[in-house]
Amino acid sequence: MTTIQKQDHNPIAHLTAEDIANLGRELDALREKVIASRGASDAAYIRRVIKTQRVLEMGGRAVLLASRYKPAWFVGTAALSVAKILENMEIGHNVMHGQWDWMRDPKIHSTTWEWDHASPAEQWKHSHNELHHTYTNVLGKDNDLGYGIMRVDEGQRWHPAHLGQPLWNLINAIFFQYGIAAYDLELGKNLATRKRRQNPAFKARLSATLRKVRRQATKDYVVHPLLSGPSAPTTLAANLTANLIRNLWTHSVIMCGHFPEGVETFERTSIEGETRGEWYLRQMLGSANISGGPLMHLMTGNLSFQVEHHLFPDLPSNRYQEIAPHVRDLFERYGLTYTTGSLPKQVVSAWRKVIRLALPNDFLAKAPASAPPARPAARREVAEPARVAVAGS
Amino acid sequence: MRSRARRFVELATTPLVPSDFWEVLDPLRGGANPRGRIVAVRPETRDAATLVIRPGRGWAGHTAGQYVRLGVDVDGVRQWRSYSLTSPPRPDGTITVTVKAVPDGVVSSFLVRRAAVGTLVHLDQAQGDFTLPLVRPAKALFVTAGSGITPVVGMLRDGAGGLDDVVLVHSAPRREDVIFGAELRGLAERGGLRLVERHTATEGRITPEQLAELVPDMTSRQTWACGPNDLLDALRETYDAAGRGDRLRTERFRPAVVAVGEGGTVTFADSAVTADADGATSLLDTGEANGVLMPSGCRMGICFGCVIPLREGSVRDLRNGAVTTAVAGDDIPVQTCVSAAAGPCRLGI
Repeated sequence: MTTIQKQDHNPIAHLTAEDIANLGRELDALREKVIASRGASDAAYIRRVIKTQRVLEMGGRAVLLASRYKPAWFVGTAALSVAKILENMEIGHNVMHGQWDWMRDPKIHSTTWEWDHASPAEQWKHSHNELHHTYTNVLGKDNDLGYGIMRVDEGQRWHPAHLGQPLWNLINAIFFQYGIAAYDLELGKNLATRKRRQNPAFKARLSATLRKVRRQATKDYVVHPLLSGPSAPTTLAANLTANLIRNLWTHSVIMCGHFPEGVETFERTSIEGETRGEWYLRQMLGSANISGGPLMHLMTGNLSFQVEHHLFPDLPSNRYQEIAPHVRDLFERYGLTYTTGSLPKQVVSAWRKVIRLALPNDFLAKAPASAPPARPAARREVAEPARVAVAGS
Repeated sequence: MRSRARRFVELATTPLVPSDFWEVLDPLRGGANPRGRIVAVRPETRDAATLVIRPGRGWAGHTAGQYVRLGVDVDGVRQWRSYSLTSPPRPDGTITVTVKAVPDGVVSSFLVRRAAVGTLVHLDQAQGDFTLPLVRPAKALFVTAGSGITPVVGMLRDGAGGLDDVVLVHSAPRREDVIFGAELRGLAERGGLRLVERHTATEGRITPEQLAELVPDMTSRQTWACGPNDLLDALRETYDAAGRGDRLRTERFRPAVVAVGEGGTVTFADSAVTADADGATSLLDTGEANGVLMPSGCRMGICFGCVIPLREGSVRDLRNGAVTTAVAGDDIPVQTCVSAAAGPCRLGI
C-alpha cells in the first residue's frame, strides 16, 4: 500500500523485482568497495575534525572570557557556534551511527560517545539510528516525519491542530535540541496516560534526560559565565546565541533531508516482507540532498548527502562525496529521481510543505494559483515495494 | 580540594572530560591508558627492529622481563599486541620493545617496516612475573629461541651484574638471525655469561637431552625459558621429572592463531550461557534463543544498537565474510546482528 493511492504516477512502476534485486546488489558492491578501502587517511580525517572542533571550542570559550568587548563577543560566539555545529553534525551524529567503530578507538566509538546536546546518546541512538533509519518515511513508524507534531505528507490525516504547525515548526527550530530530547522520550505518547507516566522505564529515561539537560545548561549558562567574571552576562548571551544558531542550523539541515517536495513516503504495510533491495529503494526515494561545496558538506555533517547517508548510514561520512556520483548514476540507470537542491531552495521547499499541509489536502487545490510548482512530483503515486516483493517471491 | 576543583572543571567540559581537551594540547595525555611516542627505530636483524618509546603520563614503570600490551593504529584500525620489554628501567624513562616481523603479522610487520619516529602508541601497564627475584640466584640458566630472547635480554641488561654464573642457550635459524647477536657475544667475551648458540637451520631444534649434555647441572639452576610451546612443554616435563619443577619459569608467547571455522561454541561470559551456533546464525539470534538479554536494534547491521565486545575467538561478518579475531584483553566491539561464530568465541555480555 502506498500513502497516496489516488496518485497517477508510481515512480517505481517500471522496475521489476529482479531490477530491484540488482539495484540492491549494485549498492552492496558499492558499500563493500568503500569498506575495503577504509584506512589511515579516513582515521586521520575524523581525528582532524575532532581536533579542529576542540580547538575552536576552547578558543571560542577563551575569547568569550572577555565577551564584554564587542569584537570578542562576536569572534567567540562565532567560534563556539561553529564548534557546536561540528560537534553535533560531523562528529556526534556520525560517530553515534558507528561510522568510525571500525577504528576500534574506544574514544571515537558509537558505544561510548556522548554529544553536546540535550538528548542523551543512548536515547538518540534508539530513536534515530534504530527507528528512523530502519523505518525511514514509513507513516506511523518513522516519527521523524513531522516529529509527531506536524503533518508533512498528504498521507497523514489532517487535524485542526495542524493549522498551527508553521508556528510549531518555528518554535521547534529555536529550541531544537530540547525538541529532539522530548521527541526521543516520545513525550507526547508517554505523558498521555497515567500508566505510561508511571512506567519505570520511561521514568528512568526521563531522569537521564533531565540530568543531561541540567549538566548541559549548567555548563553553558552557569559555569562559563561565572568563569568570565565581569563578562558573565555577555558570555551567557553568547552561549545562548551559539546554541540558538546551532539549533536553527541543524533544524534547517534536517528538514532538508526528508521534508522537501519530491520525497516519497510509505504506508506501514508496504514494508512487510521488504527485501534488502526494496529497503535501499525506500531510502533512495525517501531522502533529499543539499548541493554545495566542501564547507557545506562539513557543516551539515555530510547530511548534504542524505541519500547516500540513508543508503549506508554506517559508512564514514567523508566518503559519501566520492560515492555520490555512483549513486546518482544508479538513480539514472534505474529511472529514479535524485532529489537535490541548494540549501535555501530545499529549506523553502520544506517550509512550504509545512505551511501547505497545515491545511487539508484539497484546500489549495481549489486555489491553483498558490500551488507550488514542485507539486506534481510530490503528487506522484508512491512506490509499492511490498507488492513487488510478493510478486517476486 | 583537588577533587572539588576537578569536578568544577568537569562541569565546564561536559559531556567530554578535561583530558579530552588536554589531549589536543598534549597528545601523550588523555585516555584511560597511558600513551607513548616512538622516539627511535633501530633495525636488529633482517626482520626485527627495536622501538624506543617514551611513555607519557600515567606509565607506572616496569621490571625487566615483563611485557607490555601495545596498541597501534594500523591502516586506521587500533590493534593491540603484547611485546616483552627489552630495556631495563632507565633513568630517562624510555622503554624499548623488540619486534620480529612474522609472516602475515599485521602489527609486527607494521612496527618493523612502517612505524616511524613520532608515531603515537597506546600502552597498558607492564605485566608478567617472568622476572628476576630480588635475591639473585647463585646459578642461572636462560633457554630461549627466536624472539624468546626478548624478555631475557631485558633481564640480562638489568641484572647481569648481579648474577655470577649465567648460562644462556639460545636457538635461532642462523647466526645472522640472532637478535642482539653482537651484544650477547660481547657479553660472553667479557665473561658476563656463557653463551651457547644453536643454529637450528643446520643443527635442528634442541632437545632437553641435548640441553642436559650442554649444561649438565641444568635442573639445579634457576631457569627461565621462553620460546615455542613444544620446547617449553619438554622442559617442563624434564624439570618436573627431576623434582625441580619450582626452578623453572616459562613465558609463553600467546598463540596468535585462533581456530577459525564455520560456527562454533559461543560463550556469553557475563550471562553464564554457552551455546552451539552454526556459521549462518547471528550471535544476536543465538544469544536471544538462549535467553541472553542481548541489546538489539535494527537487526540488519545499520544501527549499531547491538554492539557488544568480542572478548576472545573469531566471528564472521555475515555480509561480507570478513573475520574478526580477538585474543584475551582485546575486547573488540562487534555487531552481533550481522556476525556469526567462526570458531569458539566469548562475548562480553
